[in-house]
Amino acid sequence: MAIVKTERHEDLPPPVSQTGVIGWMRENLFSSPLNALLTVVSIYVIWGALSSIISYAFINANFVGETREDCTGTGACWVFIKARFGQIMYGFYPVEERWRVDVGYILAAIGLFLVLSDFVKNKKWPAIYTFVVVPIVCYFLFYGGSFGLEVVETSQWGGLFLTLVLASVSIFVALPLGIVLALGRRSTMPIVRMLCVGFIEFVRGVPLITVLFMASVMLPLFLPEGMNFDKLIRALVGMSLFSAAYMAEVVRGGLQAIPKGQTEAASSLGLGYWKAMGLIVLPQALKISIPSIVNTFIGLFKDTTLVLIIGLLDLLSIVKAGTTDKEWVGMATEGYVFVAAVFWVFCFSMSRYSIWLENKLHTGHKR
Amino acid sequence: MTAEAADLEVAKINKFRDPRIRAIFYQILVIVLIVGFVAYVGHNTAVNLEKRGIASGFNFLSQPAGFGIGIVLLMDFDSQTSTHLDVLLIGIINTLAVSISGIFLATIIGFIFGVLRLSKNWVVNKIAAVYIEVIRNIPLLVQLMFWYFAVLSVLPLVGDSMSIGNNFFVNNRGVNFPAMIPSTGFWLIPVALLVAIVASVLVRNWAHKRQDLTGQIFPVFWVCLGLIIVLPVIASLIMGNPFTMSYPEFGRFSITGGWSLEPEFLALLLGLSIYTGAFIAEIVRSGINAVSHGQTEAAHSLGIRPGLTTRLVILPQALRVIVPPLTSQYLNLTKNSSLATAIGYADITALFAGTSLNQTGQAIECIMITMLFYLSISLLISMFMNWYNKRIALVER
Amino acid sequence: MSEAAMTQTDIDVAIQLIGMHKWYGEFHVLKDINLTVERGEKIVVCGPSGSGKSTMIRCINRLEEHQQGQIIVDGIELTNDVKKIDEIRREVGMVFQHFNLFPHLTVLENCTLAPIWVRKTPKAEAEATAMKFLERVKIPEQAMKYPGQLSGGQQQRVAIARSLCMNPRIMLFDEPTSALDPEMISEVLDTMISLAEEGMTMICVTHEMGFAKTVADRVLFMDAGEIIEQAPPQEFFENPQSERTQLFLSQILHNG
Repeated sequence: MAIVKTERHEDLPPPVSQTGVIGWMRENLFSSPLNALLTVVSIYVIWGALSSIISYAFINANFVGETREDCTGTGACWVFIKARFGQIMYGFYPVEERWRVDVGYILAAIGLFLVLSDFVKNKKWPAIYTFVVVPIVCYFLFYGGSFGLEVVETSQWGGLFLTLVLASVSIFVALPLGIVLALGRRSTMPIVRMLCVGFIEFVRGVPLITVLFMASVMLPLFLPEGMNFDKLIRALVGMSLFSAAYMAEVVRGGLQAIPKGQTEAASSLGLGYWKAMGLIVLPQALKISIPSIVNTFIGLFKDTTLVLIIGLLDLLSIVKAGTTDKEWVGMATEGYVFVAAVFWVFCFSMSRYSIWLENKLHTGHKR
Repeated sequence: MTAEAADLEVAKINKFRDPRIRAIFYQILVIVLIVGFVAYVGHNTAVNLEKRGIASGFNFLSQPAGFGIGIVLLMDFDSQTSTHLDVLLIGIINTLAVSISGIFLATIIGFIFGVLRLSKNWVVNKIAAVYIEVIRNIPLLVQLMFWYFAVLSVLPLVGDSMSIGNNFFVNNRGVNFPAMIPSTGFWLIPVALLVAIVASVLVRNWAHKRQDLTGQIFPVFWVCLGLIIVLPVIASLIMGNPFTMSYPEFGRFSITGGWSLEPEFLALLLGLSIYTGAFIAEIVRSGINAVSHGQTEAAHSLGIRPGLTTRLVILPQALRVIVPPLTSQYLNLTKNSSLATAIGYADITALFAGTSLNQTGQAIECIMITMLFYLSISLLISMFMNWYNKRIALVER
Repeated sequence: MSEAAMTQTDIDVAIQLIGMHKWYGEFHVLKDINLTVERGEKIVVCGPSGSGKSTMIRCINRLEEHQQGQIIVDGIELTNDVKKIDEIRREVGMVFQHFNLFPHLTVLENCTLAPIWVRKTPKAEAEATAMKFLERVKIPEQAMKYPGQLSGGQQQRVAIARSLCMNPRIMLFDEPTSALDPEMISEVLDTMISLAEEGMTMICVTHEMGFAKTVADRVLFMDAGEIIEQAPPQEFFENPQSERTQLFLSQILHNG
């Protein structure tokens, strides 16, 4: 005999204890006695840490003044950062020429915005602008020597400016080099493959410091007499070769993810190796490896600080130099906290961007 | 053009269009280019070295170093007689010392925060997330400098050391703590420890067999832990506490007695393990997340308790995902220990590729030896990884 | 009904859901579920996807928590008491849509894991039991292989054997054939039919109407979190009462 329900049961709201603030707290903070204890202890710890950080960095900190004597509070002496802000941003780039750096920033920012955001669908012209026009213009802007611009030697470059130059030039060189190495590693020619594998594994097996030492100490020995690079170029060579090896592995990962059918389809259409790679396989491989490329770039960006050891005045080393100034003894905490904050803002936003891209790619594939 | 000639022409062209022949041609081209490049660079180098009056070769290794080293472990070093080879060895030992202790600490930090990151407790979860996101996005070198120059260097002078319980001193020269100096009869304690370890293995095997036979579950972990603690204590009591404690004491200028850790070592250790710990935490989290929830549900539906489910079902599967990236983090930590140079810890890079290089001018040799050292560690670790991956690979169709 | 008869039926009740409700956040997934399953009874639950059928049987062994009402399994009421949850889980076996075999253990180890660690059975005995059940699901020769080496149908039969090794008194099946290739469905259904013939109490969420006709004592139709209709299979299929049931059946039978 059948039992039939004819009336439809209405949708009821969940019991009060399950929803809203109380339900959320019960579920996420006090689900068991142990959890409740953990919550209380954690909140206590957070409270202690936050209150001392805030009182150090803001409430008891000094923001106004010119010299060390103006710092009377018990907290941070941000006057130090303020007094040296120009140096921290531009190094010893002449004050009256600093607008050139700013113009370069603006040009690059416009390009990056157009390439990275979703607003422009056709990326061809923005890409040409960002990756061809901007680098050339920036070279003439920053170094000078033509168009009536005064030459500013690279030894005067420094601070955040130098850090950004190091990171962007290295990635700019490393990406194409990495692609070539990755293709070489997957090549059917044994000698080419061995050379690429050897280079990639060698570089990935040693610390960046030793590569930088090699570039700064050994490179001059390798060059014919009388010919020499300046320090910045040597560092750039080291950083680019180092990142190229890591980039190669990222690109290889992307290439491996492309099904073999794509290459076969391209060959069956009569495309040769380079055309098949350039038109069919690489664009897909690069697209799926963009998040990893961004992550490699974050690593590279953090690694630029290592030029401190070979004596370039990047953001970190110019602050370090500042903290050893007799006028500003005891400013190490302020200095390094500031540097850390700057790097954090850059790296964190890049990592968020990479996550956003990854999600976008995933949904793209699901469709 | 006769037909014959046209045929020959076609054959010629076709030969060069044969991909195999082309491949050989390209490879020969590459070899020629590389050999030419190496010869060119080699020639330049030889000329440059001659001009600077530097004889290449490894003879400098047996020459006296002529400089002092801050931290020397396990070896005697004398600035007059010790050679550059000794410098190299001390560098290697110091690198290994900081790397191994860093790996140990980073693993503990990483696993704790990785598990906290998975906690259902919102506050705990967010604390772990903040730790990971803050630390991962700040360059290691900045963190090292922060620890060394902003934390450890501003600690009180030796005279005003902070003390914990009168035996434990913290000052800007590092940390001093009591040392245990063995005296006669001390040998029994390590022997007891060894016996305890052997006994633990035996207990474990016995417990396995007993469980197979009777089904009884034996608390192996607690019993072994007990053995390892109790046996050495008993040994110590039998021999009448065969050691003297050396407590750090205030002298006129410094603290004498006890053991101490230098701030350079501490800063490097802290920096490396906190930095790498954040990456390990992320690896642990994603490794555990990689085990599908269905596995937990299946185990629960069989009546297996949560703790046992973790041990028997989740961990064995999560470790397969965790171990490969974990070993590469260990490798990164070892390579990153070369940042010691920036804060003056005497590791291989600072000593050998730094001081020795500057003293002797043997740039190529010093840098090559240093790189070779890191390369061999990389090779060892990747060999281990391949072996492990093969051993644990899931059998699929 | 006399007093004596009442007690008699009480003992013979395997599962009882009384006025059970469940919410996912604000979403009311299960509404006032009342169900009594007698010992040895075989119940087939069907309904459109998202109707709450899987959630209902997952509540029975506490893979999901209910928020209102009572669930009584084998005379034990499910509460937050961990001991009771364990006791019930030992008595109730479950087979999942995606098998959920442990990929790092062999087929035999999959089957002996719970008996050894939960029931504390000696290994030899556990293995003998496991082999007995593997023979019953007709794959003893696969015992030393890993789940990844088996076909879907074989994996699902291992999953059934794994549950049986705990000697459960009740078996729950959560769409056991939905993830299988068509040619493998019958081997799993055959195993389930033979289990039913031995008198196991079973609740199966499935759309295999043929299985429902041959095996079920009762067919339940669920929609939007409610049990809309329940009837013996013949009546259910030939003369469905509610409109929604009729619609559902016509859809399934057309597609099937």
